[in-house]
Amino acid sequence: METLANLGDGFAIAITWQNLLLALLGCFLGTIMGALPGLGPSNGVAILIPLAFTLGLGATPSLILLTSVYYGAMYGGRISSILLGIPGDEPAMMTVLDGHPMAKKGMAGEALSLSGVASFVGAFFATWGLILLAPQLVKIALLFGPAEYFALFALAFMTLGGVSSTNQAKSAFAAALGLGLATIGVDTQTGVPRFTFGEVHLYDGLDFLVAIVGLFALSEVFIFLETRHGGAEADGKKMVIGKLYPPMSMLKACTPTMLRTSFLGFIAGVLPGAGASLGSFISYSMEKRLVDKKGTFGTGDPRGVAAPEAGNNAAAGGALVPMLALGVPGSGTTAVLLAVLLALNITPGPLLFTQNPDVVWGLIAALFIANFMLLAMNIPMVGLFTRVLMIPSRILMPIVAMVSFVGIYGISGSTFDLLVMIGFGVMGWLLRKFDVPLVPIILGTLLGNAMENNLRRAVTIDNGNWWTLVDSPLALTLWAIAIIGFVLPLIVGARVKAGMHARRDDEGAISD
Amino acid sequence: MSDRIFGVVGILISIGYVFAALAIEESFLSDAVGPKAFPLIIAAILGISSLVIALRPDAEPAWPSLARLVEIAAAVVVLILYAEMLPVAGFVIATAFAAAYLAWRLGSSLLEAVLTGIGTSVGIYVIFHLVLGLSLARGPFGF
Repeated sequence: METLANLGDGFAIAITWQNLLLALLGCFLGTIMGALPGLGPSNGVAILIPLAFTLGLGATPSLILLTSVYYGAMYGGRISSILLGIPGDEPAMMTVLDGHPMAKKGMAGEALSLSGVASFVGAFFATWGLILLAPQLVKIALLFGPAEYFALFALAFMTLGGVSSTNQAKSAFAAALGLGLATIGVDTQTGVPRFTFGEVHLYDGLDFLVAIVGLFALSEVFIFLETRHGGAEADGKKMVIGKLYPPMSMLKACTPTMLRTSFLGFIAGVLPGAGASLGSFISYSMEKRLVDKKGTFGTGDPRGVAAPEAGNNAAAGGALVPMLALGVPGSGTTAVLLAVLLALNITPGPLLFTQNPDVVWGLIAALFIANFMLLAMNIPMVGLFTRVLMIPSRILMPIVAMVSFVGIYGISGSTFDLLVMIGFGVMGWLLRKFDVPLVPIILGTLLGNAMENNLRRAVTIDNGNWWTLVDSPLALTLWAIAIIGFVLPLIVGARVKAGMHARRDDEGAISD
Repeated sequence: MSDRIFGVVGILISIGYVFAALAIEESFLSDAVGPKAFPLIIAAILGISSLVIALRPDAEPAWPSLARLVEIAAAVVVLILYAEMLPVAGFVIATAFAAAYLAWRLGSSLLEAVLTGIGTSVGIYVIFHLVLGLSLARGPFGF
């Protein structure tokens, strides 16, 4: 009952002209970003954060804008998967398998509208899941002391490589690099400068927004320059959409699939180190095993389109649970969303629900609204978004680069930050070549200070006794999960990854 | 081979990081852990993971040809120049040049590149500065 009252308050906050407009704008931009190969949810949100920040939007409006982009990108990714056979972003990879064959059979319109409905179902149930699960998780999180928080952060880093990671050494390298970057600047506890080498600009530490935009957005521009991929994805391919409504029989046949995969995707999203890509992968594989009696999956089976789309949208909602309730994101895009909260000086985690209930419930209400907007945008108006695929990247990428610069310059007005951003862009390009995941770096720069503070607080409270870190059952449980999460991919990682990356994809480093 | 070099560089970075961490001046007022411990833990993880990468390298990444590398280096130089020139030349002029350059290198014809550059720069100026009121770098002509 209390939940419903809270939700009601949330709707009161979300339904203002400004917030509705922001949600609409976010859904629109998000769908475009998801549809365009090369721009996905994480770099789409990354480019927009500094802008939301410099425009002076408050916490709730910023979050509404950016999570709408996030949900929108999850919808948009399917468009190029189905029409062109090229995933618009990583979570839409599995949609290619059945969506593109359907389009080839002349059923592109049915595939698009069916997947739109599936996305809606997945996101709708995941938002309910978020409402029901997050407060429960908050209750557990309120029991956490500094030692447990330190273990929780360690868990986040150790599982972030994900089940799909093949090289845990590279994930660990990325996490350590991010944490190392976070230690630059004046030490918050004793006030001594660390790793600043006398450079005054570094005393404040590196701005994580600069790192995010450089690593995610600018490195993408370098990738395009490297491959000199200047044309539009749709060049030379004809896109016939056909009728835009799925027959009732098809919807009926897919309903059990959508419900099952929404549930599964949501769980995958909540679990650390999974995220939307894994959500769609698991959903597709499970459905294939469960209902594919005649071997039609992979040849344009509608259920093979509905499964991954419901799964990845549900996972996107699920991934918000640990980010909001614990302050520890489990996926790339939620890490970027965490940066929004931190940039606005809001500490996510259990206290968020008690101290800023307006932010949480306003956001959740906005997610419901955004979801209906997206359904409306993605079925009747999908033709509009398919046009976007005709924009050549030789025009798009300069715009992406320049908007990144505008955002960062708007925050600080300093040339130094722009140079640091270019540095991160080059680093991001190089690390992507080496197949080093970028998300742990971002998470390291975001959480580094909080992690160190909790470590030092825990040990100081216990008079310098380091064993205090593994002293409570709760902490021990967290450490155990962390270790399992780190070791498991060493055993099953190669297999899962081979399944997910049947096609080689540049975006592998920016998972989610 | 690339991964081995990568690992060795990583080890060197972690050693450098250790030295920089040991050089941190401790304040007379410190907590039980101090400002050095956490960086040293991080350095250890960085070093160990680099060692593993060097000892068990992945398959060779697909490196671009020299010409493509030069292309990226040139773009970096242009972007650095852009960052430096922004406060001097003003947003609209600097951005038009930088965007035109990128469009040209991504395969636009010269005319198309110039149009993309001017369009991007003026478009961003109108949307973000005139409509949304974001402050952009001001040049000698006031824009």
